[in-house]
Parts: sequence; structure tokens; C-alpha cells
Amino acid sequence: MIRFENVTKTYRSNVGLDDVSVHIEKGDFVFLVGPSGAGKSTFIKLILKEIDVDCGSLMVDGQEVTKLSNREIPTYRRKLGTVFQDFRLQPKKTVFENVAFAMEVIHKTPRQIRKQVPQILSLVGISDKAHKYPDELSAGEQQRVAIARAIVNNPTVLIADEPTGNLDPDTAWEIMDLLDQINLRGTTIVMVTHAKDIVDRMQKRVIAIERGRIVRDEEGMYGFKEVEGHDA
Amino acid sequence: MMRSFIYNIKQGFIQIFRNRGMSLASIFSITAMLLILGMFFVITVNINMFTEAVKQDYDQIEVYLLDGTSEAQAQSIITELKQKEGVIEVKYRTKDEALEIMKERWGESGYLLDSLGENPLPSSLLISVDSLENAGDVAAFAGTFEGVEDIQYYQETVEKLTSITHFLQIAALVIMAFLVIVSVVVVSNTVKLMVLARSKEIEIMKYIGATNWFIRGPFLAEGMIIGLLAAIISTGLIAFLYDKIVELIGKQVMAIVSCPLISVSYLTQNMVVIFLALGMSIGAWGSIVSMRRFLDT
Repeated sequence: MIRFENVTKTYRSNVGLDDVSVHIEKGDFVFLVGPSGAGKSTFIKLILKEIDVDCGSLMVDGQEVTKLSNREIPTYRRKLGTVFQDFRLQPKKTVFENVAFAMEVIHKTPRQIRKQVPQILSLVGISDKAHKYPDELSAGEQQRVAIARAIVNNPTVLIADEPTGNLDPDTAWEIMDLLDQINLRGTTIVMVTHAKDIVDRMQKRVIAIERGRIVRDEEGMYGFKEVEGHDA
Repeated sequence: MMRSFIYNIKQGFIQIFRNRGMSLASIFSITAMLLILGMFFVITVNINMFTEAVKQDYDQIEVYLLDGTSEAQAQSIITELKQKEGVIEVKYRTKDEALEIMKERWGESGYLLDSLGENPLPSSLLISVDSLENAGDVAAFAGTFEGVEDIQYYQETVEKLTSITHFLQIAALVIMAFLVIVSVVVVSNTVKLMVLARSKEIEIMKYIGATNWFIRGPFLAEGMIIGLLAAIISTGLIAFLYDKIVELIGKQVMAIVSCPLISVSYLTQNMVVIFLALGMSIGAWGSIVSMRRFLDT
């Protein structure tokens, strides 16, 4: 599904990724861990085609991402769902409109939107909040909206960048349950996190990055000492 | 296609309404630019018309004949003059007619002329030419006949007036071009502020997989609606003010230069088209300029 082959990305003087090769299978649930500045963001940004590799190859769902033209990027990104630590909802749109917006962007008809959005809202458990605005919701509820928006177009990959970073532990677990459910429906999930206890308890595949290199890739534990980002 | 058109217009209006302050600022700045343009437009159009009127009034050459020139002599000069290229008509004006005309011009003081013992005015020939460019030639030709005392025509006056008009037109064009650029910069800065205010939203759109035109659409619609509103406001304002001006000084202008001001309806009809085109393209151009940086992925 996602295949990095000898990918190197250097910023002016810093190393982002250094000769990274890794393969994430369809339906995988992968934690991306490592200290700040180790290269996790670079990893994610390359998949999202926000930045380009210096050298190497990056295949996502059978497409060579490094060779996409600017025109092809929007269509490519529709295969990916993204969830962020800060939710990134549109404050002036209701919950329903926030999710509907993702469908409007890819030119779905109003009929499809009216049908699909309530289904997704009920899947993430916020049907009753459909006509509220983001600032009327708790942090956990806002993240559920963000997840609903990310999956409403059935992406093949869900990228979650510290999705529990702004949540209290109980809420964080609810979100993790939700992500697990989505993963069970067949969506590949790549989640960047600093939350040691979550990683340790979920027992999923963990890719550890340090100074631009993959230092560990196995199922199980977080593996780093908790020196920063004690979120969740 | 239709749906996305409606979507963009709707989003454009929503965005304008949500950013009332900045939208108003943009509308005001384009309106101000258009008002200044409108002033130039009004002035240029009126001067143009005045010049045209003057050209028509003064495309005559007056040939004064020596005292004692007989009407037969005059008729033979007329026959020859009529052969000359550019001459449309030649009229003979007798001494008496000339005096009548002068009396008329003097109006109430006309009786003063009655005390003259002998009519001091010469008889003359009035030559109409098809264009002012030929006036010089015709005048020179008329000077070659016997019995011609003096020749008067207004080529120089008209030429001066024409060159002043040309200068004014060019000055107006230069200033207009400058103002258009200024308005584009103003609008693009305002739209840029709107874009900046929504840069997060744009980022979200990009993550979701929105195409550049999808992202640009509402901003483009927004810029064009702002331009449209500014065009309507400024046309209305200028029509209103110009109407007042015509009411106020129209008659005096008519009396002084014997040429009416352009009518309000004629002015408005032409101006609204120009303003709509200009306002909307300024809005659209401003939007596109300000979006460019945000869409370069």
C-alpha cells in the first residue's frame, strides 16, 4: 500500500529522512514513533505530497507519488484521509457542513451528501451534534468530526498526526477505539504519536524513527523512554 | 458545471457577508477608483463633444471682397471655388446682410449701427469645407483671385483646441491606467487578507483533495461580486452627481460655449458597461494575483 524505497529528504542542513525503506501493507495499523525532529513529519508530508523526495521512490496504492504532476495531486489526495492534533475544523461551519464539505470538494451530489453524512456521523458517534458548531463541542467530539470528515470519502489510507495529542486519557482511548474500528473496515492507518501507553496497549506494528533513519520496525511496544510529549 | 457555478457564486456571497468589514473596504476602494475614473470620463467625453461642435462651427472660410467688386465678379469666383477639392458650398454675403448679422449680434445695442452713414462692412464669400485639413489649401487658393481683400479662417484656433483635447485624452488614459493598476493592487491586497484569514481552510481543502480551481472559485466569485457592486455604486453616484451638475450649470455652459453637456442617460448607458467590465476584471484579477502564492503546490 505504502512503499518507501531508499527515500532521502534533506532540508537545508538538517536531515529529514536518510535512505529509508519500509513497506506498509493494505489494512495495516502502524504507529510512527520517535523523538521530535526525528523525521516523522517528513514521513507524513511525503505521503501527503506536501514535499518531494530528494531521491528514492515512494509508491502509494500503486501510484509513484514522486512522479505526480501538480494537476494530479488533488485526485491523489482523495485516496488519503488526514486527522491532525488540532482537528482543523472550519469554525464557521456546523458539524454536518464540515463533513459535507469534504464531499462537496470532490463534486458529490447534494443527494449523496444528505445520505452519506448522517451515516458517517453515526459511525463516529456524534449524530446528535450534527447542527452544532465546532466551538460548542468538546475536544473529543471535535476530533470525531475530523475523523468523520477524513473517512467520509472512503480513503484507502488514514493518516493521523498525533490525533490524541490534545485529548485527556479517557477521550484519547475513545478515539483509539474509533480508529481501531475504522481499521477493521479495511482502511490502512498510519498514526504518528508520542503516547507511550497507547502504543504499548494497542500492540500494533511500531515504526521507530530517529535522526532520519528507521531504528526499529516490529509489533509491540513504544520503545522510547518518555522524555517528551506525555500526551494521553 | 451549472452546480459548481452556483456553488461558487453562493460561496462568494457567503464569504463577502462573513467578512463584511474587509469586503466593504474593497468595495469602497474600487468605488473610489471608479469615481475618479468616472470624473475623467465625464470631462473627456464633454471636451470631445465640445471640440466636435467647435469643429463644425468653424469649418468655414470667410473671404472678404474689395469694395466695389460686382456681384458678377463674385459669382465667377464662386464658380471657380466650387471646382476646388474639399469645397462643399460657397455662399455670397452682401454688405447689407453683413450689417444685419452684426446688428443681430449686438442685440440691444444694435441701434448704434444705424447712426453709421455708410455701411463700412465688406461683402464676403463663405466657403464651407468638408474637413479642416483642406481649409489651408482652399484659403490659399481663394487668395489668388482678383478682388479679394482678406481671408479669415479658424484653422489655428481649431488646431490648438484639438491638440489640447488630444493632450487631455492622453493624460486621462495614463491616469486611468495608473488607477486601474492601483485598484488591482488594493483589491489583491484585500483579497489576500481574506485568503490569509482563510489559509487554514485552504490548507484543509488541499488535504481533502480540492483542485486549485475549486479553491480559487469562491475567491474569484468574491472578487467579481465586489467589483460588480462597486461598479453599480459608482455608476449610480456619478449619474446622480452629474445630473445635479447639469441641472446647476447646464444652461450657463450652453450660453457660454453654445454647446450642451452630454446627457445623463447617454453618459450612464456607456459608463455602466465600462464600469462593470472594469470593476469585475479588477476584482477577478486581484483575486487571482493574491491566490497564486497559496496554490503553488
